[in-house]
Amino acid sequence: MAERRFDIRSQPGFGMIALFTFFALYLPIATLVAYAFNANDSLSTWGGFSLRWFASALDNDAVQAAAMRSIIIALWAAALATVAATMAALATTRTEPYRGLTAKYAVINQPLMIPEIVTAVALLIVFSRIKVWTGYSGLGYLILAHTAFCIPFAYLPIRARLESMDLTLERAAADLYATPWQAFRFVTLPLLRPAIIAGFMLAFVISLDDVVITEFVKSGGQDTLPTYMLGQIRRETTPEINAIATIFLAASTVLIVIFFFINRRKPQA
Amino acid sequence: MKTAPESARSRDVKNRWLLSLPALAIIFVAALGPLLVMVLYSFLEKGDYGDVKFGIFSLEGWTSVFMQRDIFDDTWGIADAHLAIFWRSIKLSLYTTILTLILGFPTAYFIATRPARTREVWVFLITIPFWTNLLIRTFAMQQVIRNEGILNNLLIWLGIIDTPLQIIYTDTATLLGMTYVYLPLMVLPLYASIEKLDFRLVEAGYDLYANRLQVLRRIVIPLVKPGLIAGSILVFIPSLGAYVIPRVLGGGKNLMLGNLIELQFGAGRNWPLGAAMSITLMALVMIALLFYVRNAARSGVRHG
Repeated sequence: MAERRFDIRSQPGFGMIALFTFFALYLPIATLVAYAFNANDSLSTWGGFSLRWFASALDNDAVQAAAMRSIIIALWAAALATVAATMAALATTRTEPYRGLTAKYAVINQPLMIPEIVTAVALLIVFSRIKVWTGYSGLGYLILAHTAFCIPFAYLPIRARLESMDLTLERAAADLYATPWQAFRFVTLPLLRPAIIAGFMLAFVISLDDVVITEFVKSGGQDTLPTYMLGQIRRETTPEINAIATIFLAASTVLIVIFFFINRRKPQA
Repeated sequence: MKTAPESARSRDVKNRWLLSLPALAIIFVAALGPLLVMVLYSFLEKGDYGDVKFGIFSLEGWTSVFMQRDIFDDTWGIADAHLAIFWRSIKLSLYTTILTLILGFPTAYFIATRPARTREVWVFLITIPFWTNLLIRTFAMQQVIRNEGILNNLLIWLGIIDTPLQIIYTDTATLLGMTYVYLPLMVLPLYASIEKLDFRLVEAGYDLYANRLQVLRRIVIPLVKPGLIAGSILVFIPSLGAYVIPRVLGGGKNLMLGNLIELQFGAGRNWPLGAAMSITLMALVMIALLFYVRNAARSGVRHG
Protein backbone atom coordinates (compact mmCIF):
# COMPACT_ATOMS: atom_id res chain seq x y z
CA MET A 1 0.00 0.00 0.00
CA ALA A 2 1.40 3.37 -1.02
CA GLU A 3 2.37 5.72 1.78
CA ARG A 4 -0.35 8.33 2.22
CA ARG A 5 0.96 11.80 1.44
CA PHE A 6 -1.26 13.66 3.90
CA ASP A 7 -3.05 13.27 7.20
CA ILE A 8 -6.56 12.04 6.42
CA ARG A 9 -7.90 13.72 9.54
CA SER A 10 -6.83 17.23 8.61
CA GLN A 11 -8.70 19.77 6.51
CA PRO A 12 -6.94 22.77 4.94
CA GLY A 13 -7.41 26.04 6.77
CA PHE A 14 -9.24 24.53 9.73
CA GLY A 15 -6.26 24.88 12.05
CA MET A 16 -5.83 28.55 11.23
CA ILE A 17 -9.52 29.30 11.70
CA ALA A 18 -9.50 27.44 15.01
CA LEU A 19 -6.51 29.39 16.31
CA PHE A 20 -8.10 32.66 15.18
CA THR A 21 -11.27 31.65 17.02
CA PHE A 22 -9.41 31.01 20.25
CA PHE A 23 -7.55 34.29 19.83
CA ALA A 24 -10.82 36.15 19.23
CA LEU A 25 -12.43 34.48 22.25
CA TYR A 26 -9.68 35.56 24.62
CA LEU A 27 -8.58 38.95 23.25
CA PRO A 28 -11.53 40.99 24.59
CA ILE A 29 -11.24 39.40 28.03
CA ALA A 30 -7.48 39.94 28.06
CA THR A 31 -7.98 43.58 27.10
CA LEU A 32 -10.55 44.07 29.84
CA VAL A 33 -8.26 42.55 32.45
CA ALA A 34 -5.23 44.51 31.24
CA TYR A 35 -6.99 47.86 31.52
CA ALA A 36 -8.07 47.00 35.06
CA PHE A 37 -4.40 47.64 35.90
CA ASN A 38 -4.29 50.96 34.04
CA ALA A 39 -2.94 53.90 36.03
CA ASN A 40 -4.91 56.29 33.82
CA ASP A 41 -8.49 57.42 34.36
CA SER A 42 -9.21 56.52 30.78
CA LEU A 43 -10.24 53.26 29.15
CA SER A 44 -8.44 54.25 25.96
CA THR A 45 -4.92 55.29 26.88
CA TRP A 46 -2.47 53.12 28.77
CA GLY A 47 -0.96 55.11 31.61
CA GLY A 48 1.23 52.55 33.29
CA PHE A 49 0.65 49.81 35.82
CA SER A 50 -1.42 50.46 38.91
CA LEU A 51 -3.67 48.73 41.41
CA ARG A 52 -5.64 51.85 42.17
CA TRP A 53 -8.85 50.65 40.54
CA PHE A 54 -8.89 47.48 42.58
CA ALA A 55 -8.48 49.54 45.72
CA SER A 56 -11.25 51.84 44.52
CA ALA A 57 -13.59 48.92 43.77
CA LEU A 58 -12.97 47.16 47.08
CA ASP A 59 -13.48 50.44 48.94
CA ASN A 60 -16.78 51.17 47.17
CA ASP A 61 -19.75 50.67 49.53
CA ALA A 62 -22.17 49.95 46.70
CA VAL A 63 -19.83 47.29 45.30
CA GLN A 64 -19.41 45.65 48.70
CA ALA A 65 -23.15 45.54 49.27
CA ALA A 66 -23.82 44.20 45.78
CA ALA A 67 -21.16 41.50 46.15
CA MET A 68 -22.55 40.41 49.52
CA ARG A 69 -26.06 40.27 48.10
CA SER A 70 -24.86 38.23 45.12
CA ILE A 71 -23.18 35.69 47.36
CA ILE A 72 -26.14 35.38 49.74
CA ILE A 73 -28.60 34.85 46.91
CA ALA A 74 -26.32 32.41 45.11
CA LEU A 75 -25.65 30.33 48.23
CA TRP A 76 -29.35 30.03 49.06
CA ALA A 77 -30.41 29.39 45.47
CA ALA A 78 -27.67 26.81 44.88
CA ALA A 79 -28.42 24.98 48.13
CA LEU A 80 -32.17 24.83 47.55
CA ALA A 81 -31.75 23.96 43.87
CA THR A 82 -29.28 21.17 44.65
CA VAL A 83 -31.54 19.56 47.26
CA ALA A 84 -34.55 19.76 44.96
CA ALA A 85 -32.49 18.50 42.00
CA THR A 86 -31.07 15.57 43.96
CA MET A 87 -34.54 14.47 44.99
CA ALA A 88 -35.82 14.91 41.45
CA ALA A 89 -32.88 12.96 40.03
CA LEU A 90 -33.53 10.08 42.43
CA ALA A 91 -37.16 10.14 41.33
CA THR A 92 -36.45 10.07 37.61
CA THR A 93 -33.54 7.63 37.22
CA ARG A 94 -32.99 3.89 37.51
CA THR A 95 -36.68 3.15 37.14
CA GLU A 96 -39.03 1.68 34.60
CA PRO A 97 -41.06 4.36 32.83
CA TYR A 98 -44.16 5.40 34.74
CA ARG A 99 -46.96 7.81 33.97
CA GLY A 100 -45.76 11.40 34.26
CA LEU A 101 -42.04 10.65 33.93
CA THR A 102 -41.75 12.46 30.61
CA ALA A 103 -43.72 15.40 31.94
CA LYS A 104 -41.32 15.64 34.87
CA TYR A 105 -38.35 15.81 32.52
CA ALA A 106 -40.09 18.55 30.56
CA VAL A 107 -40.97 20.59 33.64
CA ILE A 108 -37.53 20.23 35.23
CA ASN A 109 -35.80 21.37 32.05
CA GLN A 110 -38.36 24.02 31.19
CA PRO A 111 -36.31 26.92 32.65
CA LEU A 112 -33.64 26.08 30.06
CA MET A 113 -36.08 26.30 27.17
CA ILE A 114 -37.85 29.59 27.80
CA PRO A 115 -35.97 32.75 26.79
CA GLU A 116 -34.71 34.43 29.92
CA ILE A 117 -36.37 37.75 29.08
CA VAL A 118 -39.77 36.01 28.97
CA THR A 119 -39.30 34.43 32.39
CA ALA A 120 -38.02 37.73 33.74
CA VAL A 121 -41.08 39.60 32.50
CA ALA A 122 -43.47 36.97 33.84
CA LEU A 123 -41.81 37.13 37.24
CA LEU A 124 -41.96 40.93 37.20
CA ILE A 125 -45.72 40.74 36.67
CA VAL A 126 -46.37 38.22 39.43
CA PHE A 127 -43.89 39.43 42.02
CA SER A 128 -44.84 43.09 41.67
CA ARG A 129 -48.42 42.09 42.43
CA ILE A 130 -47.35 39.98 45.42
CA LYS A 131 -45.14 42.78 46.73
CA VAL A 132 -48.17 45.07 46.78
CA TRP A 133 -50.35 42.47 48.50
CA THR A 134 -47.92 41.39 51.19
CA GLY A 135 -45.72 44.44 51.65
CA TYR A 136 -42.70 42.12 51.68
CA SER A 137 -39.95 43.20 49.31
CA GLY A 138 -36.92 41.30 50.60
CA LEU A 139 -34.44 39.03 48.86
CA GLY A 140 -36.84 36.08 49.00
CA TYR A 141 -38.17 36.78 45.51
CA LEU A 142 -34.68 36.79 44.04
CA ILE A 143 -33.74 33.61 45.87
CA LEU A 144 -36.88 31.85 44.67
CA ALA A 145 -36.42 33.03 41.08
CA HIS A 146 -32.77 32.00 41.04
CA THR A 147 -33.56 28.61 42.59
CA ALA A 148 -36.01 27.86 39.80
CA PHE A 149 -33.58 28.42 36.95
CA CYS A 150 -30.69 26.76 38.82
CA ILE A 151 -32.54 23.45 39.28
CA PRO A 152 -31.90 22.19 35.71
CA PHE A 153 -28.19 22.96 36.03
CA ALA A 154 -27.87 21.13 39.34
CA TYR A 155 -29.97 18.25 37.99
CA LEU A 156 -27.70 17.48 35.01
CA PRO A 157 -24.53 16.22 36.76
CA ILE A 158 -26.48 14.48 39.53
CA ARG A 159 -28.70 12.62 37.11
CA ALA A 160 -25.73 11.69 34.93
CA ARG A 161 -23.95 10.24 37.95
CA LEU A 162 -27.01 8.26 39.04
CA GLU A 163 -27.41 6.83 35.55
CA SER A 164 -23.89 5.40 35.81
CA MET A 165 -24.59 3.76 39.18
CA ASP A 166 -26.51 0.50 39.06
CA LEU A 167 -28.68 -0.75 41.88
CA THR A 168 -26.46 -3.62 42.97
CA LEU A 169 -25.11 -1.91 46.07
CA GLU A 170 -28.53 -0.70 47.19
CA ARG A 171 -29.91 -4.20 46.77
CA ALA A 172 -27.02 -5.61 48.79
CA ALA A 173 -27.78 -3.11 51.54
CA ALA A 174 -31.45 -4.09 51.48
CA ASP A 175 -30.47 -7.76 51.69
CA LEU A 176 -28.57 -6.89 54.86
CA TYR A 177 -31.77 -5.47 56.40
CA ALA A 178 -30.99 -1.78 55.79
CA THR A 179 -34.06 0.43 55.56
CA PRO A 180 -34.44 2.48 52.37
CA TRP A 181 -33.33 5.55 54.28
CA GLN A 182 -30.25 3.78 55.63
CA ALA A 183 -29.39 2.50 52.15
CA PHE A 184 -29.65 6.03 50.80
CA ARG A 185 -27.64 7.61 53.61
CA PHE A 186 -24.83 5.08 53.80
CA VAL A 187 -24.63 3.82 50.21
CA THR A 188 -26.20 6.14 47.66
CA LEU A 189 -25.36 9.50 49.18
CA PRO A 190 -21.60 8.94 49.62
CA LEU A 191 -21.31 7.71 46.04
CA LEU A 192 -23.35 10.68 44.87
CA ARG A 193 -21.42 13.30 46.82
CA PRO A 194 -19.04 14.45 44.02
CA ALA A 195 -21.99 14.93 41.66
CA ILE A 196 -23.95 16.83 44.30
CA ILE A 197 -20.99 19.12 44.91
CA ALA A 198 -20.63 19.61 41.16
CA GLY A 199 -24.33 20.41 40.84
CA PHE A 200 -24.12 22.89 43.70
CA MET A 201 -21.13 24.69 42.18
CA LEU A 202 -22.75 24.84 38.77
CA ALA A 203 -25.92 26.28 40.29
CA PHE A 204 -23.88 28.74 42.34
CA VAL A 205 -22.05 30.11 39.29
CA ILE A 206 -25.26 30.28 37.25
CA SER A 207 -26.99 32.24 40.01
CA LEU A 208 -23.99 34.51 40.56
CA ASP A 209 -23.87 35.32 36.84
CA ASP A 210 -27.53 36.09 36.29
CA VAL A 211 -28.33 39.63 35.22
CA VAL A 212 -31.61 39.60 33.26
CA ILE A 213 -33.93 37.94 35.76
CA THR A 214 -32.33 39.81 38.65
CA GLU A 215 -32.70 43.12 36.82
CA PHE A 216 -36.47 42.57 36.50
CA VAL A 217 -37.21 40.96 39.86
CA LYS A 218 -35.13 43.08 42.23
CA SER A 219 -36.71 45.80 44.32
CA GLY A 220 -35.11 49.20 44.70
CA GLY A 221 -31.65 49.09 46.24
CA GLN A 222 -31.18 45.36 45.64
CA ASP A 223 -28.41 45.38 43.04
CA THR A 224 -26.31 42.29 42.69
CA LEU A 225 -22.83 42.57 41.28
CA PRO A 226 -23.93 41.88 37.67
CA THR A 227 -26.85 44.32 37.82
CA TYR A 228 -24.61 46.92 39.44
CA MET A 229 -22.15 46.49 36.58
CA LEU A 230 -24.95 46.71 34.00
CA GLY A 231 -26.06 50.00 35.52
CA GLN A 232 -22.52 51.38 35.55
CA ILE A 233 -21.78 50.36 31.96
CA ARG A 234 -24.60 52.53 30.73
CA ARG A 235 -22.98 55.60 32.27
CA GLU A 236 -19.48 56.90 31.82
CA THR A 237 -17.20 54.02 32.69
CA THR A 238 -13.89 54.06 34.50
CA PRO A 239 -11.47 51.16 34.85
CA GLU A 240 -13.11 50.46 38.20
CA ILE A 241 -15.65 48.40 36.26
CA ASN A 242 -12.74 46.53 34.72
CA ALA A 243 -11.39 45.81 38.18
CA ILE A 244 -14.76 44.57 39.44
CA ALA A 245 -15.14 42.43 36.32
CA THR A 246 -11.63 41.03 36.76
CA ILE A 247 -12.30 40.00 40.36
CA PHE A 248 -15.62 38.48 39.34
CA LEU A 249 -13.91 36.67 36.47
CA ALA A 250 -11.21 35.26 38.73
CA ALA A 251 -13.77 33.97 41.23
CA SER A 252 -15.93 32.35 38.54
CA THR A 253 -12.96 30.76 36.82
CA VAL A 254 -11.68 29.28 40.08
CA LEU A 255 -15.10 27.77 40.77
CA ILE A 256 -15.35 26.31 37.27
CA VAL A 257 -11.84 24.85 37.45
CA ILE A 258 -12.72 23.16 40.74
CA PHE A 259 -15.92 21.88 39.12
CA PHE A 260 -13.87 20.33 36.32
CA PHE A 261 -11.52 18.56 38.69
CA ILE A 262 -14.43 17.15 40.69
CA ASN A 263 -15.98 15.87 37.48
CA ARG A 264 -12.74 14.39 36.26
CA ARG A 265 -12.30 12.01 39.19
CA LYS A 266 -12.82 8.36 38.38
CA PRO A 267 -16.20 6.97 39.40
CA GLN A 268 -15.83 4.99 42.60
CA ALA A 269 -18.57 2.42 42.07
CA MET B 1 -50.64 -13.61 44.19
CA LYS B 2 -50.87 -10.31 42.31
CA THR B 3 -51.54 -7.79 45.05
CA ALA B 4 -48.06 -7.57 46.60
CA PRO B 5 -46.06 -6.68 43.45
CA GLU B 6 -48.81 -4.30 42.39
CA SER B 7 -48.83 -2.41 45.68
CA ALA B 8 -45.02 -2.33 45.86
CA ARG B 9 -44.89 -0.87 42.37
CA SER B 10 -47.50 1.80 43.03
CA ARG B 11 -45.85 2.73 46.32
CA ASP B 12 -42.56 3.18 44.44
CA VAL B 13 -44.21 5.44 41.88
CA LYS B 14 -45.87 7.45 44.62
CA ASN B 15 -42.54 7.87 46.41
CA ARG B 16 -40.97 9.10 43.20
CA TRP B 17 -43.70 11.68 42.83
CA LEU B 18 -43.07 12.85 46.39
CA LEU B 19 -39.35 13.08 45.68
CA SER B 20 -40.07 15.19 42.60
CA LEU B 21 -42.40 17.56 44.39
CA PRO B 22 -39.91 20.22 45.62
CA ALA B 23 -38.32 20.74 42.20
CA LEU B 24 -41.67 20.74 40.41
CA ALA B 25 -43.22 23.09 42.97
CA ILE B 26 -40.37 25.61 42.82
CA ILE B 27 -40.34 25.60 39.04
CA PHE B 28 -44.10 26.00 38.91
CA VAL B 29 -44.16 28.88 41.39
CA ALA B 30 -41.18 30.74 39.93
CA ALA B 31 -41.32 29.82 36.25
CA LEU B 32 -44.38 28.06 34.84
CA GLY B 33 -46.99 29.74 37.03
CA PRO B 34 -45.87 33.29 36.20
CA LEU B 35 -45.94 32.37 32.50
CA LEU B 36 -49.62 31.45 32.83
CA VAL B 37 -50.33 34.70 34.65
CA MET B 38 -48.56 36.56 31.87
CA VAL B 39 -50.86 34.95 29.31
CA LEU B 40 -53.80 36.23 31.34
CA TYR B 41 -52.34 39.74 31.49
CA SER B 42 -51.99 39.86 27.72
CA PHE B 43 -55.81 39.77 27.47
CA LEU B 44 -56.50 42.56 29.96
CA GLU B 45 -56.79 46.28 29.46
CA LYS B 46 -53.81 48.54 29.96
CA GLY B 47 -53.73 50.42 33.26
CA ASP B 48 -53.21 54.17 33.36
CA TYR B 49 -49.77 53.94 34.96
CA GLY B 50 -48.61 50.58 33.68
CA ASP B 51 -49.98 47.35 35.16
CA VAL B 52 -53.50 46.34 34.09
CA LYS B 53 -57.14 46.92 34.88
CA PHE B 54 -58.48 43.66 36.26
CA GLY B 55 -61.80 42.34 35.10
CA ILE B 56 -61.70 44.14 31.75
CA PHE B 57 -61.08 41.82 28.82
CA SER B 58 -59.27 43.36 25.88
CA LEU B 59 -57.52 42.26 22.70
CA GLU B 60 -55.64 45.51 22.35
CA GLY B 61 -52.47 43.97 23.77
CA TRP B 62 -52.41 41.40 21.01
CA THR B 63 -53.58 43.78 18.29
CA SER B 64 -50.79 46.18 19.21
CA VAL B 65 -48.07 43.62 18.58
CA PHE B 66 -48.13 44.46 14.88
CA MET B 67 -50.74 47.25 14.64
CA GLN B 68 -50.95 50.69 16.14
CA ARG B 69 -53.67 53.25 16.52
CA ASP B 70 -53.12 56.53 14.71
CA ILE B 71 -53.26 59.27 17.32
CA PHE B 72 -54.94 61.72 14.94
CA ASP B 73 -57.77 59.86 13.25
CA ASP B 74 -57.99 56.83 15.56
CA THR B 75 -57.58 54.32 12.71
CA TRP B 76 -55.36 51.24 12.87
CA GLY B 77 -52.19 50.93 10.82
CA ILE B 78 -49.14 48.69 10.66
CA ALA B 79 -46.71 49.21 13.53
CA ASP B 80 -43.63 49.73 11.39
CA ALA B 81 -41.28 50.05 14.35
CA HIS B 82 -42.39 46.72 15.84
CA LEU B 83 -42.06 44.93 12.51
CA ALA B 84 -38.59 46.38 12.00
CA ILE B 85 -37.54 45.17 15.44
CA PHE B 86 -38.96 41.69 14.85
CA TRP B 87 -37.16 41.51 11.54
CA ARG B 88 -33.90 42.80 13.01
CA SER B 89 -34.06 40.16 15.75
CA ILE B 90 -34.66 37.28 13.37
CA LYS B 91 -32.09 38.54 10.87
CA LEU B 92 -29.36 39.09 13.45
CA SER B 93 -30.10 35.72 15.06
CA LEU B 94 -29.74 33.96 11.70
CA TYR B 95 -26.52 35.84 10.93
CA THR B 96 -25.15 34.96 14.37
CA THR B 97 -25.95 31.30 13.77
CA ILE B 98 -24.21 31.37 10.39
CA LEU B 99 -21.12 33.17 11.68
CA THR B 100 -20.74 30.87 14.69
CA LEU B 101 -21.08 27.91 12.33
CA ILE B 102 -18.37 29.23 10.00
CA LEU B 103 -15.98 29.79 12.91
CA GLY B 104 -17.22 26.97 15.11
CA PHE B 105 -17.07 24.02 12.73
CA PRO B 106 -13.35 24.29 11.88
CA THR B 107 -12.62 24.94 15.55
CA ALA B 108 -14.56 21.91 16.72
CA TYR B 109 -12.97 19.77 14.00
CA PHE B 110 -9.52 20.99 15.00
CA ILE B 111 -10.12 20.16 18.67
CA ALA B 112 -11.61 16.75 17.92
CA THR B 113 -8.57 15.75 15.87
CA ARG B 114 -5.95 16.71 18.46
CA PRO B 115 -4.11 13.92 20.29
CA ALA B 116 -6.05 12.75 23.34
CA ARG B 117 -3.76 14.39 25.87
CA THR B 118 -3.83 17.91 24.42
CA ARG B 119 -7.49 17.66 23.43
CA GLU B 120 -8.58 18.12 27.03
CA VAL B 121 -6.68 21.39 27.20
CA TRP B 122 -8.38 22.69 24.07
CA VAL B 123 -11.82 21.68 25.34
CA PHE B 124 -11.03 23.44 28.59
CA LEU B 125 -9.99 26.56 26.68
CA ILE B 126 -13.33 26.64 24.84
CA THR B 127 -15.30 25.97 28.02
CA ILE B 128 -13.87 28.78 30.13
CA PRO B 129 -15.38 31.48 27.87
CA PHE B 130 -18.65 29.54 27.93
CA TRP B 131 -18.84 29.89 31.72
CA THR B 132 -17.60 33.45 31.85
CA ASN B 133 -20.32 35.92 32.80
CA LEU B 134 -22.27 37.05 29.74
CA LEU B 135 -22.29 40.69 30.85
CA ILE B 136 -18.53 40.73 31.37
CA ARG B 137 -17.93 39.27 27.94
CA THR B 138 -20.29 41.82 26.42
CA PHE B 139 -18.51 44.63 28.26
CA ALA B 140 -15.17 43.24 27.06
CA MET B 141 -16.39 43.26 23.46
CA GLN B 142 -17.62 46.82 23.94
CA GLN B 143 -14.14 47.93 24.89
CA VAL B 144 -12.65 46.29 21.81
CA ILE B 145 -14.99 47.87 19.25
CA ARG B 146 -15.51 51.32 20.78
CA ASN B 147 -14.36 54.36 18.81
CA GLU B 148 -11.38 54.58 21.18
CA GLY B 149 -11.15 50.81 21.57
CA ILE B 150 -8.26 48.51 20.82
CA LEU B 151 -9.51 47.64 17.31
CA ASN B 152 -9.72 51.22 16.10
CA ASN B 153 -6.50 52.16 17.87
CA LEU B 154 -4.72 49.31 16.13
CA LEU B 155 -6.10 50.15 12.69
CA ILE B 156 -5.18 53.82 13.08
CA TRP B 157 -1.74 52.92 14.34
CA LEU B 158 -1.21 50.68 11.30
CA GLY B 159 -2.31 53.53 9.06
CA ILE B 160 -5.20 51.57 7.58
CA ILE B 161 -7.76 54.18 8.62
CA ASP B 162 -7.59 57.87 9.59
CA THR B 163 -10.76 58.16 11.65
CA PRO B 164 -12.30 55.47 13.89
CA LEU B 165 -14.79 53.05 12.39
CA GLN B 166 -18.22 53.55 13.89
CA ILE B 167 -18.95 49.97 14.99
CA ILE B 168 -20.32 50.50 18.47
CA TYR B 169 -24.09 51.15 18.69
CA THR B 170 -24.86 49.52 15.34
CA ASP B 171 -26.44 46.25 14.27
CA THR B 172 -22.92 45.09 13.44
CA ALA B 173 -21.90 45.61 17.05
CA THR B 174 -24.83 43.50 18.24
CA LEU B 175 -23.94 40.81 15.69
CA LEU B 176 -20.29 40.74 16.76
CA GLY B 177 -21.28 40.64 20.41
CA MET B 178 -23.71 37.77 19.94
CA THR B 179 -21.27 35.81 17.78
CA TYR B 180 -18.59 36.30 20.41
CA VAL B 181 -20.81 35.35 23.34
CA TYR B 182 -22.58 32.37 21.75
CA LEU B 183 -19.67 30.82 19.83
CA PRO B 184 -18.90 28.23 22.55
CA LEU B 185 -22.52 27.07 22.32
CA MET B 186 -21.85 26.11 18.70
CA VAL B 187 -18.42 24.58 19.24
CA LEU B 188 -19.26 22.23 22.11
CA PRO B 189 -22.08 20.20 20.47
CA LEU B 190 -20.14 20.11 17.19
CA TYR B 191 -17.10 18.82 19.04
CA ALA B 192 -19.19 16.13 20.73
CA SER B 193 -20.49 15.07 17.33
CA ILE B 194 -17.16 15.12 15.47
CA GLU B 195 -15.42 13.24 18.27
CA LYS B 196 -17.66 10.26 17.53
CA LEU B 197 -16.83 10.34 13.81
CA ASP B 198 -15.39 7.09 12.52
CA PHE B 199 -12.37 8.22 10.50
CA ARG B 200 -12.19 4.87 8.75
CA LEU B 201 -15.06 6.19 6.64
CA VAL B 202 -12.93 9.21 5.76
CA GLU B 203 -10.06 6.92 4.85
CA ALA B 204 -12.38 4.88 2.65
CA GLY B 205 -13.41 8.07 0.88
CA TYR B 206 -9.82 8.98 0.12
CA ASP B 207 -9.12 5.41 -1.05
CA LEU B 208 -11.87 5.91 -3.63
CA TYR B 209 -10.09 9.02 -4.97
CA ALA B 210 -12.28 11.64 -3.30
CA ASN B 211 -10.58 14.98 -2.72
CA ARG B 212 -10.73 16.85 0.58
CA LEU B 213 -13.73 18.93 -0.35
CA GLN B 214 -15.69 15.87 -1.43
CA VAL B 215 -14.81 14.02 1.77
CA LEU B 216 -15.95 17.00 3.80
CA ARG B 217 -19.19 17.48 1.90
CA ARG B 218 -20.20 13.86 1.35
CA ILE B 219 -18.91 12.11 4.48
CA VAL B 220 -18.02 14.40 7.36
CA ILE B 221 -20.87 16.89 7.24
CA PRO B 222 -23.69 14.33 6.86
CA LEU B 223 -22.30 12.32 9.76
CA VAL B 224 -22.05 15.30 12.11
CA LYS B 225 -25.44 16.71 11.14
CA PRO B 226 -26.93 16.14 14.63
CA GLY B 227 -24.19 18.33 16.10
CA LEU B 228 -24.79 21.00 13.46
CA ILE B 229 -28.48 21.09 14.27
CA ALA B 230 -27.95 21.09 18.03
CA GLY B 231 -25.36 23.86 17.83
CA SER B 232 -27.54 25.96 15.54
CA ILE B 233 -30.50 25.76 17.88
CA LEU B 234 -28.37 26.51 20.92
CA VAL B 235 -27.16 29.70 19.23
CA PHE B 236 -30.35 30.82 17.50
CA ILE B 237 -32.66 30.60 20.52
CA PRO B 238 -30.72 32.78 22.98
CA SER B 239 -29.89 35.18 20.14
CA LEU B 240 -33.58 35.66 19.43
CA GLY B 241 -34.27 36.59 23.04
CA ALA B 242 -31.07 38.54 23.63
CA TYR B 243 -31.46 41.52 25.94
CA VAL B 244 -28.11 42.45 27.49
CA ILE B 245 -26.01 42.36 24.32
CA PRO B 246 -28.20 44.67 22.21
CA ARG B 247 -28.63 46.93 25.24
CA VAL B 248 -24.91 47.31 25.85
CA LEU B 249 -23.62 47.15 22.26
CA GLY B 250 -26.60 48.15 20.13
CA GLY B 251 -27.42 51.38 21.91
CA GLY B 252 -30.85 52.86 22.44
CA LYS B 253 -31.98 52.83 18.82
CA ASN B 254 -31.10 49.32 17.62
CA LEU B 255 -33.58 47.37 19.71
CA MET B 256 -34.14 43.66 19.57
CA LEU B 257 -37.19 41.76 20.77
CA GLY B 258 -35.92 41.50 24.33
CA ASN B 259 -35.41 45.24 24.56
CA LEU B 260 -38.79 45.98 23.00
CA ILE B 261 -40.47 43.75 25.59
CA GLU B 262 -38.62 45.42 28.45
CA LEU B 263 -39.64 48.81 27.07
CA GLN B 264 -43.33 47.99 27.56
CA PHE B 265 -42.78 47.38 31.27
CA GLY B 266 -40.69 50.52 31.65
CA ALA B 267 -41.24 53.74 29.76
CA GLY B 268 -43.89 52.24 27.49
CA ARG B 269 -46.19 51.38 30.42
CA ASN B 270 -48.10 48.86 28.34
CA TRP B 271 -48.07 45.57 30.22
CA PRO B 272 -50.65 43.73 28.07
CA LEU B 273 -48.59 44.52 24.97
CA GLY B 274 -45.38 43.48 26.71
CA ALA B 275 -47.00 40.24 27.79
CA ALA B 276 -48.29 39.55 24.27
CA MET B 277 -44.85 40.21 22.81
CA SER B 278 -43.24 37.88 25.33
CA ILE B 279 -45.62 35.12 24.32
CA THR B 280 -44.86 35.82 20.66
CA LEU B 281 -41.14 35.46 21.36
CA MET B 282 -41.78 32.26 23.26
CA ALA B 283 -43.83 30.96 20.32
CA LEU B 284 -40.95 31.69 17.93
CA VAL B 285 -38.64 29.74 20.22
CA MET B 286 -41.06 26.81 20.42
CA ILE B 287 -41.23 26.72 16.61
CA ALA B 288 -37.43 26.57 16.45
CA LEU B 289 -37.40 23.81 19.07
CA LEU B 290 -40.01 21.81 17.17
CA PHE B 291 -37.82 22.08 14.09
CA TYR B 292 -34.90 20.80 16.13
CA VAL B 293 -36.80 17.89 17.68
CA ARG B 294 -38.13 16.79 14.30
CA ASN B 295 -34.69 16.91 12.66
CA ALA B 296 -33.03 15.24 15.60
CA ALA B 297 -35.50 12.36 15.37
CA ARG B 298 -34.92 12.06 11.63
CA SER B 299 -31.14 12.07 12.09
CA GLY B 300 -31.51 9.38 14.72
CA VAL B 301 -33.42 7.18 12.31
CA ARG B 302 -30.77 7.62 9.64
CA HIS B 303 -27.90 6.67 11.92
CA GLY B 304 -29.83 3.70 13.24
